[in-house]
Amino acid sequence: MEQKKYWKGLEELHNTKEHQEIVNNEFREDLPFEESESLLNATTPRRDFLKYLGFTTAAATIAASCETPVKKAIPYVNKPEDITPGVPNYYASTYAVDGEYLPIVVKTREGRPIKVDGNDLSSITGTASSARVQGSVLSLYDAARLRFPTINGAETTWAELDKQVGAALAGLGGAPIVLLTSTIISPSTKKVIAGFQAKYPGFRHVTYDAVSYSGMLQANEASYGKRALPVYHFENAKTIVSLDADFLGTWLNPVEYSRGYGANRKIDQRKPEMSKHFHFESMMSVTGANADERYTHKPSEAGAVALALLSAVGGAVSKPAIADKRLAEGIEKAAKALVASQGKALVVSGSNDVNVQIIVNAINNQIGANGNTIDWASTVSYRQGIDSDMTSLVSELNAGSIGALFVYGVNPAYDYYDAAKFVSGVKQTKLTVTFNDRKDETSEIFKYAAPAHHFLESWGDAEGRTGYFSFIQPTIAPLFKTRAFESTLLAWSGNATSWEDFLKNEWITKLGSQEAWDKALQEGIIEPAQPAALGGASFSGDVAGAASKINSAKKGGKLELVLYQKVAIGNGKEANNPWLQEMPDPITRSTWDNYAVISNTLAKTFNTELGDDYEINNDRTVLKIKANGKEISLPLLILPGIHPEVVAIAVGYGRNNNAGKAAAGVGKNAYPFVTFNGQTFDYFAADATVEKTGETAQIGVTQTHNSYEGRPIVKETTLEEFLKNPHEVNEDRKELEQFGPDFRKDGTLYPDVHQYQGIKWGMSIDLNTCFGCGACTIACQAENNVSVVGKEQVIKAHEMHWLRIDRYFAGDENNPEVVFQPMLCQHCDNAPCENVCPVAATNHSSEGINQMAYNRCIGTRYCANNCPYKVRRFNWRDWNGADSFENNLYDVAGMNDDLTRMVLNPDVVVRSRGVMEKCSFCVQRLQDAKLTAKKAGRPMKDGEAKTACQVACAADAIVFGNVNDKESRIAKLRNEEQTNRMYYVLEQIHTLPSINYLAKIRNKDAEPKAKGHHEEAAHHEAAAKH
Amino acid sequence: MYRRVSILMRKHFVSVLVLCVAMIASLSVRAADPGKGKTLFQQNCASCHNVHKQVTGPALKGVEGRWSDKKLLHQWIKNSSSVVASGDPYAVKIFNDFNKQVMPGFPSFSDADIDDILAFIAQEEVKDPNAGKTAGPAGASAASQDSGNNSLLFGIITLILAVVALILMQINSNLNKLAADKDGVPTGEPVPFYKNKAYIALAILLLFIVGGYYTINGAIGLGRQKDYMPEQPIFYSHKVHAGVNQINCLYCHAGAEKSKHAMIPSENICMNCHKTISEYSGADLYTAEGKKVNGTAEIQKLYDHVGWDKTAQAYTKPGKPIQWTKIHNLPDHVYFNHSQHIVAGKQQCQTCHGAITEMDEVHQFAELSMGWCVNCHRTTKVQFADNKYYSIFEQFHQQVKDGKIDSVTVEMVGGTECQKCHY
Repeated sequence: MEQKKYWKGLEELHNTKEHQEIVNNEFREDLPFEESESLLNATTPRRDFLKYLGFTTAAATIAASCETPVKKAIPYVNKPEDITPGVPNYYASTYAVDGEYLPIVVKTREGRPIKVDGNDLSSITGTASSARVQGSVLSLYDAARLRFPTINGAETTWAELDKQVGAALAGLGGAPIVLLTSTIISPSTKKVIAGFQAKYPGFRHVTYDAVSYSGMLQANEASYGKRALPVYHFENAKTIVSLDADFLGTWLNPVEYSRGYGANRKIDQRKPEMSKHFHFESMMSVTGANADERYTHKPSEAGAVALALLSAVGGAVSKPAIADKRLAEGIEKAAKALVASQGKALVVSGSNDVNVQIIVNAINNQIGANGNTIDWASTVSYRQGIDSDMTSLVSELNAGSIGALFVYGVNPAYDYYDAAKFVSGVKQTKLTVTFNDRKDETSEIFKYAAPAHHFLESWGDAEGRTGYFSFIQPTIAPLFKTRAFESTLLAWSGNATSWEDFLKNEWITKLGSQEAWDKALQEGIIEPAQPAALGGASFSGDVAGAASKINSAKKGGKLELVLYQKVAIGNGKEANNPWLQEMPDPITRSTWDNYAVISNTLAKTFNTELGDDYEINNDRTVLKIKANGKEISLPLLILPGIHPEVVAIAVGYGRNNNAGKAAAGVGKNAYPFVTFNGQTFDYFAADATVEKTGETAQIGVTQTHNSYEGRPIVKETTLEEFLKNPHEVNEDRKELEQFGPDFRKDGTLYPDVHQYQGIKWGMSIDLNTCFGCGACTIACQAENNVSVVGKEQVIKAHEMHWLRIDRYFAGDENNPEVVFQPMLCQHCDNAPCENVCPVAATNHSSEGINQMAYNRCIGTRYCANNCPYKVRRFNWRDWNGADSFENNLYDVAGMNDDLTRMVLNPDVVVRSRGVMEKCSFCVQRLQDAKLTAKKAGRPMKDGEAKTACQVACAADAIVFGNVNDKESRIAKLRNEEQTNRMYYVLEQIHTLPSINYLAKIRNKDAEPKAKGHHEEAAHHEAAAKH
Repeated sequence: MYRRVSILMRKHFVSVLVLCVAMIASLSVRAADPGKGKTLFQQNCASCHNVHKQVTGPALKGVEGRWSDKKLLHQWIKNSSSVVASGDPYAVKIFNDFNKQVMPGFPSFSDADIDDILAFIAQEEVKDPNAGKTAGPAGASAASQDSGNNSLLFGIITLILAVVALILMQINSNLNKLAADKDGVPTGEPVPFYKNKAYIALAILLLFIVGGYYTINGAIGLGRQKDYMPEQPIFYSHKVHAGVNQINCLYCHAGAEKSKHAMIPSENICMNCHKTISEYSGADLYTAEGKKVNGTAEIQKLYDHVGWDKTAQAYTKPGKPIQWTKIHNLPDHVYFNHSQHIVAGKQQCQTCHGAITEMDEVHQFAELSMGWCVNCHRTTKVQFADNKYYSIFEQFHQQVKDGKIDSVTVEMVGGTECQKCHY
C-alpha cells in the first residue's frame, strides 16, 4: 500500500527546524524549582545544603512520629432501603438542555451522581452520549450555581419571594408578562406554562435559542406547512450532502445523527459498502473532517451553492455562477451522486437563512428524500425558537410595554446579538425574574432570582420525537435552596399541586396506573411498540422567490467572517465546565480559548510565515477582527482546510467574571458579530477586515505535544481500492513474516513470559467510525478522575487525558484529508515501559493489562520516555490535593472544593504529584464485572465488562472484551470479521499491543499515487537524525 | 503461621462439633433441651418476649401453667389466629389484652422445638432476673500476666553473662600483663576497656544493628494499627451480640455480602431488637481497663441517639448518627471488597477479624499490611472446581485432572498482581 504522509500540523508537514528541535527535546524538561538559581548562587551552598538536610530530616521525623489520625465511621440513622454503601444505583433520566435530547442513565454512589451515560433502552441514541452530556454531571457540582433565591442580589426566602412577586404580578395592571426560555421539549412543563397563561391572559411564551434554527423552522413552514423539524434517518442514506451542517458535532442532536451515520460507515468485509458523504463548508468542522469529499466556500456563497446543487439535481432554477472551479465540480459530482441514489439520499444544511433552507427542502424533494431519509410523519422538537419573536420582544422591552419578564435557561445578556439593547430593555421592565440556575450575565441584572434545580435534581419529562417520551427523575436531593421552575410557576399561578404530583398525575392519567408510571420512570423512556412508518410531505415552497432573494443578497467582501460552535463548549452555557474547557477541540486541538482561525495563505499576509516557529511557539500574533461595526482582538490559529478568505471564530467564550472560575476570562465573546437579516440571525459577516495588532497571546494547543516522527501509525485506503484488493491494507504486515511464521514468538529473542490463561483483555478501534467527537475523552475523565490542569499547564504539555484523539492531516495543504485516531495505552504484551521502570511500578498482569501502581512510582518518567505511543501522563503538580502537603495544591479551575469533589469516582484513587498515570482499561469496571460473575458462580459473559469510552461512543467504534473467549465480539472481529482491515500500531517494533485498529476507508476516487512508502520513511529517518 | 493453624483448628472444631450435635440429635431418644431452646428463643421469640416482664408480648414466666392444654399452646405458637378463631377463652383474652395484635405464627417449629423453648423458659423462670450482676472481674486479668516474663528473664541473664564475660576478659588481660611483667617482657600501659578500639567498634556495630532493626521495624509499622482498640461512644459488645446471643454477623453487617463495605449497621437495625430489649441482664461487662460497664445505660445511649422513649415506646426526638471510631483503616490507595472475600472467596469473618465473638471491645486482629494480604493470597485456595467462573482456566483444570497440581491458589489466578487492589 502506498503510505501517505500524515501530519498533525504544518510544522510537521514542512519539517521545520523548530519542529525537529521540539521532537528532539520532547522529554527534556527542567524541574520546576523556582529557587534553585538563588540556592546555587548562595555563598555557602554546602553549608546551606547541610542545614536543609538537617532540617528536613528533623521535620520528617517529627511528621512521621505524629499520631495516626482517628477516623470516624458514621452510619445512617435510618438507612434508605435502596442504598447499600459501596454499591452504585442507576436512575434513568433525560438530558434535555437547550433542546438537545438524550435519554440517560445516571450512576449514583451513596446518593450522589458521578457518571452519566446514554440509556440503552432508547432506540434513538442507545448508550451513546456526547462530551457535553458526559460533562453535565460536573455542572451539577458547579460552584457558580445560585444557592438561594435573591431579591436585588440579597438572599431571601421562597415565601418572601412568592409574596413580593405575587404582589408585583397583581400590580401589573394588565401589562403583558413574557416568559423567555430556550427550547422546552417537556409536554408537562408546557402544560404548567399554559396553566400560568390561563391565570394571566396577558402572558406569552417566547422561545429563544442562542444558536438559532429559526431559518429551518420557517422554511419548513413555508415548504410543508409545518413549523417543525423532521426526523433525519442518516442510516437510510447512501449519499449524504451536508451544506455546512455539522451534524456529527454541533447540529441539532449530533449523538442521534452520529449513530445513524455511523451505521453506514461500518465496513462488512464480506460485502464492503458504505455511504458517500459530500461536505460544503467555510470552516472545517468535525463533520467536514469526516467527509469523503469536502469543498470550501465563503459563507456568503452558501445560498449559491444550494441553488447550484438544486439546479444540478434537476430543479427548475437557473444555475448561479460559481467562480471556484473545484467547488463547481464538487457540486456537480455531489448532484450526480444524489440523483444516482434517488430515494436513498439526504441533504442537510446548517444555514439559518429561510431562503437557503427552502432551496434545501426543494433539493430533498427532488431527490426523494421525504419519506425515505427524512421522516415527516413524526417530527422532533429539538429547536423551537423563532428569531423575529425575540427581536420584537426586545423592541417591546425597550418601548416599556412589557410588564414582567421571566427568563429560564437563556442568557440573552450574553448571547443575544445586541445584548446592550436587551439589557436596556430589561432595565425598563417593572418586574424581572430569572429562573436560571447559575450566575450569568442575565441573572445579575434581574431583580428577582428564583433559581431552578439542576436537571439531575429535578422531575420532568421530555418528548424529543413525536411519541418518544423520556423522563427526568431526581438523582440527588437538591444541593441548594433551589426550587423547580415548574413548582415556582405552579405556585404563582395559584395551583397548590407540587410539580412532582402534577407530573405524576399527568402521567398516571396518560398511562392508566401507578404501576405503569413506576415502570416508565424505571425504564426512563416510553417508545411506540412499532416505529411508525416514515412519512413524506408534499413540497409547496416558493423556490423561485427564494432563489431570487438569494441571488439579490449582498455579495461578500474580500474577507468573510464565520461564527461556529466548538464541540465541547457549544453555545457557551457550559463554559464553566473545566472538563469541557480542557477538552482539545477535535479540529484545532486547542483548549481553554477561542481564537481567529485562518488559513495559511491568509496568515502569510500577517508575516506569520510557515517555516518559522509558528506552531511550536505558543505566542500567537493577535489580530483585530472588525465586522458589522464591532471588533474584537484574538490570537490567530492557522488551520489547513479552512477557506482562504474566511476567518472563523467560536462562540461561547468571553463570559464575564461571575460565570465561574473556569469560564472567567477565557476567550472573547463573538456573539456581537451576529446580525439580524430581518427574518433570522446570520452567523456570519459577509464583509470583515482583519489587521495585526502587534501583540501576541498564547493558545493552549496540544497538537505539537507528541511526535511519532513520521512513523506510519494510520492506515487507510479507498473503498474502490479495498474492493479491488481487500488485503492491500495489511500488505506491509507480510514483511513481518521474514522473522518466522509466528511474529509474536519469532520476532524476539526473549521467551514470551506472559501466559493469559483465563482472560486476555483486548480492544478494537474502528478508524472508519471514529468521528473525533471527544465523548470518550470526557467519559474517561469522569470515570477515572482524570485531572484538569489549566491552560498554562496545557501549554507546557502537561495535560492529563488518558485518552486523546489525535487528528492527522494528509495530502493537499489547502484541502487536506483528515484522520482521527483515538490513542490510549496500548497495553502492550511486550511493553517497553515495563522493563525500564527501576521500581517495577508498571508491570504486566495475567489478563494482559499494563498495570500502574501509583504508590510505587517514584517519578523517574523513564516509562513515558520509552513509550512509543506517548500515552503516559505525569503528574507535574498536585492537581487533586492528594499530596500530604496542603500547599502543593495546584488548582486553576476550581476542581477541589468540597462541592466539586463530589463528582469523583470513589472506586478510583486520585493521583498525587510526581507519579505517572495512564489508561487502565477501566480496571475498576473489569474487576466489578468479574466479581459479579464470580459471586454468581458463572463464567463472565461477553459485553459484561465495558470501558467508559466504549459505552460513550455514538458510532460503536470501540469494541472491548476477552480475546480468549472465542465467542466474544472482539475475538470474532479479529479472527473472522475484520481480518483485512485489522492492524496494530507500530506492530513491527514487537510491542504486541492489546489494542488493534481497523483501517480507515474513504469512499472517494483513488488519489493519484503518492510518493512511495520507503522514500517517505527515508525522509523521516533523515529528519530524525538532525 | 501459628494463627492460621489455630484458625484452621477452630474451623474444624466447629464442623466436628456441628456434626456430633447433628448425629446425637438424630439418633438419641430426645428429651426437651433447654440449651437448644435458648437458641431458638433468642432467634425467634426474644424480639417480642421476655421471660420475666411484659414487652410487646406477655411475660412468658409460667406460660405453660396458664394454658389449659399443652396442645393448644403448641397450636398457638404455630398459628395463633386459628386458636383465637376456635374460641378458646384464654386465647381470646390474650388477643384482646394486647390490642388484637396477632402473634406471628411459627409453622416451621416442630413440637420438639417448642418443647425445647418451653424447657428453656421453665429453666429461666426460676432464676432471679436481678441475680448475676454482682460477680467481680476476679481472675479475668490474672491469666494474661503469665506470658512475656521470660524475655525479661533472658535479658537479665544475658546482661549478667555479658558483664561476667567482660570482667573475665579484663582479668585475663591483667593476668597476661602480670605474667608478662614477671617474664620481663615489656608491655605498654594497659588500655582501659572503654578506650579499647575493638570494644568501641563492637559497641558501635551492636548499636547500629539493634538501632537499625528497630528503626526499620518502626518505619514499616508506620500507619499500621494492629491491636488498635479505641474507646467507642457506646460500649457495644460483640461478645454479647455475636457470641452469647449468636446473632449472625450478616444480620447487622449486611453489606459484607453485597458491597465492598461490610457496613456499620444503621441505628434502625439496632432498634429492630432494642425496641424491646431495653435492659441488659447478661454477665457483667468490663472495659479493657477493668471498669465495670452498665449494659442498660449503654442501651440508653442508643435510645438517646435515635430519640426513642422507652416508656412511651415511641420515637420522640429526631435521631442523630452515632460517631463510631473506625478501627480497620486501609490506605486510600487500596481497594478492598468484603463481598469478594465472603461470597466469592467463602472466607469467614474471623479469618481477618479474629475471635470477634469473644471481644467485648473490638480490636484490630490482623496486621492489614500488604504482606499480610499477599501471604494469604499465596496460600488460600480458590473455589476452583465449584465456582463456574473459573471454568475458563482450562490449563489449570487439565493440570488438576492430570494430578500435576492439587489445587489452585488465589495467586495462580492473578491474585497478587498490583491492579487487583490498587487502581
